[in-house]
Amino acid sequence: MGALSKSPWIIHYDGSSCNGCDIEVLAVLMPRFDLERFGVVNTGNPKHADILLLTGSINHQNAPIVKSIYDQMPEPKVVMAVGICATSGGIFRECYNVLGGADKVVPVDIYVPGCAVRPEALIDAAVQAVGLLDKKRAAALAAEKEKE
Amino acid sequence: MSLITGFLFVVIAPLVGGLLSGIDRKLTARMQGRIGPPLLQPFYDVEKLFQKENLVARHTQNLYMEFFFVMTIFTGALFFSGGDLLLVIFSLTLAGVFFALGGYKASSPYSFIGAQRETLQMMAYEPAVLLVAVGMYMVTKSFQVADIIAYPKPLILDLPGFFLAFFFILAIKFRKSPFDLSTSHHAHQELVKGITTEFSGRTLALIEIAHWYEYVFVLGIGYLFFAWNMWIGLVVTFFLFELIIIIDNAAARVRWQWMVGGAWIIALIAGMGNILYLMLRH
Ligand code: SF4
Repeated sequence: MGALSKSPWIIHYDGSSCNGCDIEVLAVLMPRFDLERFGVVNTGNPKHADILLLTGSINHQNAPIVKSIYDQMPEPKVVMAVGICATSGGIFRECYNVLGGADKVVPVDIYVPGCAVRPEALIDAAVQAVGLLDKKRAAALAAEKEKE
Repeated sequence: MSLITGFLFVVIAPLVGGLLSGIDRKLTARMQGRIGPPLLQPFYDVEKLFQKENLVARHTQNLYMEFFFVMTIFTGALFFSGGDLLLVIFSLTLAGVFFALGGYKASSPYSFIGAQRETLQMMAYEPAVLLVAVGMYMVTKSFQVADIIAYPKPLILDLPGFFLAFFFILAIKFRKSPFDLSTSHHAHQELVKGITTEFSGRTLALIEIAHWYEYVFVLGIGYLFFAWNMWIGLVVTFFLFELIIIIDNAAARVRWQWMVGGAWIIALIAGMGNILYLMLRH
């Protein structure tokens, strides 16, 4: 395990979720599941974050915000779409203002389905996300070496 | 107390400071009914930060933080090599100024407010720190840290008022609740991350390490009050740190007016009272 996978810091952005998924996200950080055991910190600051955790569907209003948060995060970074709304638009898919899932504006690495998402699924996704962080770092290093 | 102890500080302080910060997080988690991260988590965090991209708004912002890093180490090294307490305080101020300037330079509203609050915090703790140095001089007749440590009697008996003032500013210096104004550690939705908002990657890691140095240095001042016996001194200083964390978790944050006013009033009443006591005794 590399250092990246030992301290993944999360930024959580609520698109236009019904709040069901957000409550689950917070529940995972609470005493019962306590993700901080694995070094996870909910930072709320894109410049400190490694994992962008999106809930809710993307609409016209929040699309530029999500994009901007993503751009402000330093590499390597991972995007998690949490809940069926964030993966595809879910039940809001047909709404006139909804563009669809999070992958409409940012490249999503991990899709976590569920309405609302289960804490177990979230923890599983977090574990996969940290693995991916290490992989991305290794890939970036390899690319750098090739350049030289 | 010589150059060797100063050098030892440079090497060992980040390890001790990181461990203290790990204990801090563990204790905080336990107080919230959680298991909490591993003890070495702060080291993992810093190691990770070194592997991240270093995003900046302006390049000079990192320069200020590098100066802050260097000056903090210098302050601590000066202190632990038994140098002049006044000089230590001046260099501490300079480090603080660089930290605040870095926040100003980053030019985001959050780091700007954070930097303003950081200057307020400096304003709050500066008089008390100076008074502590004066008090120690009045008893030991020397500003040299080496002489103060060599003083045969426990300083706390002569300087209880100064110790009170010092304890009050300890939480300010550690940036802990109730005076967690500038970095907004717990309420990060309000000010994002305050002064460190715009820093990422390597620079953030440097800031973190500088804070570890600061922990050890500030606790070193606390140690001076109990320096007549090394083991008692170390144990008391450790419990001082624990107490600060417990207060951090139990207290709500106060407004800056309260912080500055409180720190000044306590420094004034307790410090001046103590000076009066020392003068009358002679
Ligand atoms: S997936 Fe379900 S619970 Fe989650 S935000 Fe969408 S509607 Fe709400």
